[in-house]
Amino acid sequence: MKISHKYVPVIILLGGVILFQLISTLSGIEYILTQMTMAGYYAMVIIGLTMLMGYTGQISLGHAGFFAIGGYTSAVLTTQNLAALKGTGLADFIMNSGLSVSMTDTYGQELVYLSPWISLTLAILITIIVAFLIGIPILKLKGHYLAMATLGFGTIIYRIVLGAGIFGEADGISEVPAFPVLGGLSISGDSALRIENYYIAWFVLGVGVLLLINLVNSRAGRALRSIHGSEDAASAMGVDTARYKLAIFVLSAVYAAVGGVLLTHFNGGIGPSEASIMKSVRYVAIVAVGGMANLWGALIMGVLLNFLSLRGYFGSYDDAFFGVILIVIMLFFPDGLLTRDNFKGLKQKIQRLIAREKRTAE
Amino acid sequence: MKRLLIAGLCMSLMSFALSCKQGAKDTIKIGAIFSVTGPASFLGAPEAKTVQMVIDQINSTGGINGKKLELVLKDSGGSPEKAISFAKQLIEEDKVFAILGPSTSGETLKIKPICEKAKTILMSCAAAESIVNPVAKYVFKTPQKDSQVCHWIFKTMKEKGISKIGIVSGNTGFGKSGKAQLEKIATEYGVKVLISEVYDKKATDLTGVLTKVKAKGVQAVINWSIVPAQSIVAKNMKQLNMNVPLFQSHGFGNIKYAKEAGKAGEGIIFPCGRLLVATSLDDSNKQKALLVKYKTDYETRYKEDVSTFGGHAYDAITLLVEGIKIGGTDSEKVRDAIENLKNVPGTGGIFNFSAEDHNGLDMDSLVMLTVKDGKFVLYKK
Amino acid sequence: MSFEQLLQYLLSGVTMGSIYAIVAIGYNIIYNTTGIINFAQGEFVMLGGMTAISFNFFMPLPLAIFLSVIIVSFVGAFIDIVFIRNLKKPSVLNMIIVTIGLSTVIREVALHIWDEKVRSLPYFTGDESSSINIFGAYISPQVLWVLGVSAVIVIGLTFFFKYTLPGRSMRACSANITAAQLCGVNAKNMVTLSFMLSAAIGAIAGTVVSPITMTQYDGGTSLAIKGFAVAILGGLGNSTGAVVGGIVIGVLEALSISILPSAYKDAIAIALLLLILFIKPSGLFGSSEVSALKEY
Repeated sequence: MKISHKYVPVIILLGGVILFQLISTLSGIEYILTQMTMAGYYAMVIIGLTMLMGYTGQISLGHAGFFAIGGYTSAVLTTQNLAALKGTGLADFIMNSGLSVSMTDTYGQELVYLSPWISLTLAILITIIVAFLIGIPILKLKGHYLAMATLGFGTIIYRIVLGAGIFGEADGISEVPAFPVLGGLSISGDSALRIENYYIAWFVLGVGVLLLINLVNSRAGRALRSIHGSEDAASAMGVDTARYKLAIFVLSAVYAAVGGVLLTHFNGGIGPSEASIMKSVRYVAIVAVGGMANLWGALIMGVLLNFLSLRGYFGSYDDAFFGVILIVIMLFFPDGLLTRDNFKGLKQKIQRLIAREKRTAE
Repeated sequence: MKRLLIAGLCMSLMSFALSCKQGAKDTIKIGAIFSVTGPASFLGAPEAKTVQMVIDQINSTGGINGKKLELVLKDSGGSPEKAISFAKQLIEEDKVFAILGPSTSGETLKIKPICEKAKTILMSCAAAESIVNPVAKYVFKTPQKDSQVCHWIFKTMKEKGISKIGIVSGNTGFGKSGKAQLEKIATEYGVKVLISEVYDKKATDLTGVLTKVKAKGVQAVINWSIVPAQSIVAKNMKQLNMNVPLFQSHGFGNIKYAKEAGKAGEGIIFPCGRLLVATSLDDSNKQKALLVKYKTDYETRYKEDVSTFGGHAYDAITLLVEGIKIGGTDSEKVRDAIENLKNVPGTGGIFNFSAEDHNGLDMDSLVMLTVKDGKFVLYKK
Repeated sequence: MSFEQLLQYLLSGVTMGSIYAIVAIGYNIIYNTTGIINFAQGEFVMLGGMTAISFNFFMPLPLAIFLSVIIVSFVGAFIDIVFIRNLKKPSVLNMIIVTIGLSTVIREVALHIWDEKVRSLPYFTGDESSSINIFGAYISPQVLWVLGVSAVIVIGLTFFFKYTLPGRSMRACSANITAAQLCGVNAKNMVTLSFMLSAAIGAIAGTVVSPITMTQYDGGTSLAIKGFAVAILGGLGNSTGAVVGGIVIGVLEALSISILPSAYKDAIAIALLLLILFIKPSGLFGSSEVSALKEY
């Protein structure tokens, strides 16, 4: 079986993921898989955003809003205990048609809730609708106006989840139950299920990356790259730029929402801080650092930075650190850190250093 | 390709580096998650300082039963996902004996199931009733119950003959919980709530909201919020020429808020723990000694006014230490010990725990205070 | 709603609206000279208040305010010279990202210099409980200061741009930077001057509003967003538009309290912003042809 060379990076990624897990288990620090899992789900948002910012050149300062739409939808739907509502039409319908999940909660009570597969599907549908409706007017804007419009969108989502009782207002939603996937696997924060959750997260991310690679290398991908090069030229060649921009906007929103749903079930809850502007700024910072159109760069930086942030490496300077990154990257590496040019430059510097050492040794 | 190999190398190196962690042998590790920075920093900053101070004091006298305490402090910045990540870190990685905090109810509710499942004691400094209701075996909280605060407010109102009020509250978890309790309990005292408005916690000008309240002809206003709204409401009311009494929640527990309100703060009435009037208490009061000591120590070390929020953290660590003195380093025994603590004085009041009551404070833990000449004094009818 | 209530809402709306207008004018000054939107504008307001409060501890109020305005304008100059001038690839995206980064860093630095506590300047006249009766509506005397200072700033700037050499040079840069340079205008210095001017008026606004709204390390962010909404509403670059836009948004926010739960008050400005962006991005007073031709 000949594997197309464009998939080789994915296989290397897979290898790296497995290697990481084995090393961490063998050296007894398996607990870091928790932060890697969380970082993996945040990376879903980031790779979607890279497509949007890199390939269609549209900045989005409100992408945390889509993450929140996904997470909150699933949280609200799965925290209604159907066992308490036995006897009412809808509850019985759901329970009898096998759309529900039962288990016992932390207090020993019976808990029956809507299957998270349903809430995931609904979350994706809602996100598509919202992204579509918002996207049409927003994508007509350019530059500062586009940035402010997306900022405005993100702020409105934040205000809604902060202000509405159904979303728990400032406390958010807690006690979000586990998400049972195939067989005996389930997405939850249970420390016994750490390894399987790690693989589930990175599997989902891997599939996401695979889809994007296919997209970039397809006819649609070429159209996107032409838009990235010059929107006017692409339009002159007959590329329907408006349709492509909208499609990518919706796609990136869906990626963010899926990340939101799965992370909410892993964490067991969600709060309004996930929709805040600072979160959106962080996602943009990571995409900028990784290199705007650089899928792998964004992925690596995203996982690394989120991992470190979640482990508290930046302490109280967390936000400041991301702010500094934004400034430094824009000043010195406007094309991102992990780009081919930078690596070539680094390689040349190292080669020169080695050559100089050789000469002085002689 | 090369990028990925380098990335893979980095990840492996990272995991090797992280595995090189030494553990200290003869200390008791205490984890703490506080919102030292971020939107809840007025809670987390004094809480973290208090815990640091108390642990230093304990260690300087040799620790507990010869074992020193080691504090592992994490700053969650008020965000629940960080609180979750840190809770897991503290439990699985640092293998802490117990966790103090978090500062906010939202974060506490997220890590409550994690700590319960991991059988790790959690001494929360957050106020929501749902933290201890339903009771989780390992989860305790130290701030007073919101419902008791409300009872005190309405009792005082009844004595003053007030029957028509307006409630303004902030859109924080604290404000939401207070609003619900106030509206529920008002009827028991024959008080009618004519208007109940929620404003944004970051609001800088509340004249609009208060104009609406003034128009209803209320006899008193209750404000249930965090800083800075508390002082802004007081000032705006005076500027709007509203001369009805202003009641506040126990969130007003820092003299700085009264100073900010200045002249407009005179006459504010609110229920609070006895910490803020420590020096004017009767010498026979069981709390006086430790309140005065905490106040003096904190103000000397940190050169800032003491607040009731830091007090909640003081109670959290002191109660934990009481439990450790009885139960040693067996967390089951310590948990049982804490659950059976009776008549232990703290800053919040006198604690009496039981299997059903993991908060331990009753109506007597609060007193009504008022602002007179820019200082907190006991409210007298 | 009674007349007094309406007047009360209007006064409260105009007060906050004039602060938004000053922030918007700050945006406009920098935008006009450079085409950059400086997201750190809100932080200048916060810094003005914070430094004045610190200075006020050991010097009289007027001197404290004066010094803080000077210092904050130097911060503005510093931002331009160190960061903006060195931008390798000045695209819209990069500039937005840099100024957002700057805004974040300034905020965190302020947190570590001053800590998280809320503080305020003393009232310029009167104190926390003074109240003036105007036709049945009651305001604090500080409100009159806010309105007065805002008016002075707007008039002063109009005079500056119309009749002084630096002002006219800045206008030349905004019309056509190459032509201005050909006429001997030092464009780089004009840019720095515009940053200093924006920072200065932001700082003045920060000090005059501090007694009413109080100052906190993260108070700049929401002002930045609302100020930007006002700037776009009035037409980016148009200062009269900024004043009108500020009053419109301020009053709408204030009136919204009588209908909506006040927790959603902040969403009004945002919703309005989105509406304008979708319908007429060039704003109330901007012309769509001109904004289409502008580089950014």
